[in-house]
Amino acid sequence: MKRMGILCCGLLTMVLLGVPFLRAQQPPAPATSPTSAGSASSPEVPQAVTDKLKELDQKVAAAQSSADNAWMLVSAALVLMMTGPGLALFYGGLVRQKNVLAIMMQSFALMALITVLWALVGYSLCFGTGQFIGNFEWAFLRGVGATPNADYAATIPQTTFMVYQLMFAIITPALITGATAERMKFSGTVLFMTLWFFVVYAPMAHMVWGKGGFLNASLGGRFPTLDFAGGTVVHITSGVSALVCALYLGKRTGYPKQPMPPHSLVLSFTGACLLWVGWFGFNAGSALASNGLASSAFVATHFGAAAAAIGWSLAEWIKNGRPSALGAISGAVAGLVAITPAAGFVGPRSALAIGFIAGVFCYWMVTRFKAMFGYDDALDAFGVHGAGGTVGALLTGVCARVAINPIFGEGKPVGGLDGHWGQVGNQVVGILFAWVFALVGTIVILKVVDLVTGLRVGEEQEVEGLDITLHGEEGYNLES
Amino acid sequence: MMKIEAIIQPSRFESVKEALLEIGIEGMTVIEVRGHGRQKGHTEVYRGREYTVDLLPKVKLELVLPDQMVNRAVEAILKSAKTGKIGDGKIFLTRVEEAIRIRNEERGEGAL
Repeated sequence: MKRMGILCCGLLTMVLLGVPFLRAQQPPAPATSPTSAGSASSPEVPQAVTDKLKELDQKVAAAQSSADNAWMLVSAALVLMMTGPGLALFYGGLVRQKNVLAIMMQSFALMALITVLWALVGYSLCFGTGQFIGNFEWAFLRGVGATPNADYAATIPQTTFMVYQLMFAIITPALITGATAERMKFSGTVLFMTLWFFVVYAPMAHMVWGKGGFLNASLGGRFPTLDFAGGTVVHITSGVSALVCALYLGKRTGYPKQPMPPHSLVLSFTGACLLWVGWFGFNAGSALASNGLASSAFVATHFGAAAAAIGWSLAEWIKNGRPSALGAISGAVAGLVAITPAAGFVGPRSALAIGFIAGVFCYWMVTRFKAMFGYDDALDAFGVHGAGGTVGALLTGVCARVAINPIFGEGKPVGGLDGHWGQVGNQVVGILFAWVFALVGTIVILKVVDLVTGLRVGEEQEVEGLDITLHGEEGYNLES
Repeated sequence: MMKIEAIIQPSRFESVKEALLEIGIEGMTVIEVRGHGRQKGHTEVYRGREYTVDLLPKVKLELVLPDQMVNRAVEAILKSAKTGKIGDGKIFLTRVEEAIRIRNEERGEGAL
């Protein structure tokens, strides 16, 4: 934004000063004063020139808008790609063969379900005005069109902003399916996700990103929480809810005695790589413009993922004597999660540090912590998203720099490294809030769903596999 | 007539087949099987969880041969299947009473 602004000013001054230069082909003498040329409204400037300037102004704005819009549409597509096929493949490979379609279907169902909810009231609840949840000003997408919504993104059509944010609302509940995998009913999942979207996601997204939101950092929140692309809104909410679901549902039949190894790490590997690429849309796209901040977030994202893959792998290598492919890809995802809130606030070195710390920490969470408490978070949605999101949100408060993103105003310190350690306190408030909010909301929803549709499939269905019993098909008919 | 059943490492299968071909044996039945003897499988670790995989993939060859061929065949298998490590497999010999070629109902060693 800032750089674009400087560019525009530069262009304008060049036009103002340069046009006479070019015509006269000689030093400033004829166009005596940059000052007189600079004050466009002064009476000596002919009407034609002011008209031309206005036209140029419009053209510069239009050029910026089309550049930003192109990037944001691509980003929206990239974020959708994270859910399908990215997450669907990542999770699909980690379950047993008999449940591969069931878990993929959950991600896919959310692509459809959340989209419809979003069009009805979801967008308005997230991005309308209010302290805890948005109002209905954009319900049924009334008035959401080509005109930008200057509160959020002044250079792109509001339609683009709307569809971009939709993709976040899709992947967030999809992450939870990692904890409920291999034992939750499809009907229960659909009802749970619908309620969860309204009760947890919409208020949380609104409080952190929405105008007037309680935790909003730039639009008048009481506890300005820095969350560039969704450390609290996406990863803490989904991760903590995942933990609650895993505890409420109970363990899979046979866990932990029976072996339940991933049925295809090749699928998981492909999915994880798609997630990595898609995450550029998720984080760099959160700059909401094709500008320097987007580039900075892009680099931070990439560096965070790389350092975390190394962190997890090293920890595993030291502990087990062998680095595994599953460890490397899990580490990369953990790093991407942790860098999500920080991406648009921290420099490349901080990104490396955040990634590395998250890689090692999440390794410890899924191997040691989970074993200590014995809950069955089947695919480690909490261990990676809840834990990584929390570490990332905390470290964002430490590492955020005004030089990267002057979110509190030009020259005002942002994070701890800038000397503003109070921001770490704000981050803690945001984190605690997200934890408690997700925890309480999810318990209530689970109770309701348990009463209405039930949550778990029967033990026989679980043993036979959800693909056949819930969907009437199999993932692999290799002999047909 | 004797039946030779040889359970071998899948990685040695190609060289066993070649060794048998070299001494003129062309017919065999091959089955992919799983099992373990003293080798006892291996462990796999997924996100810190250890799984013991105790049934390992093996290849089982079945050949029925005239008596005079049996020793040479056993030697060929021994030579080509041996790596010297635990898990190389076993050879079982059993006497076969009759062989019948389905196409023309020929019986005895001529049917082999």
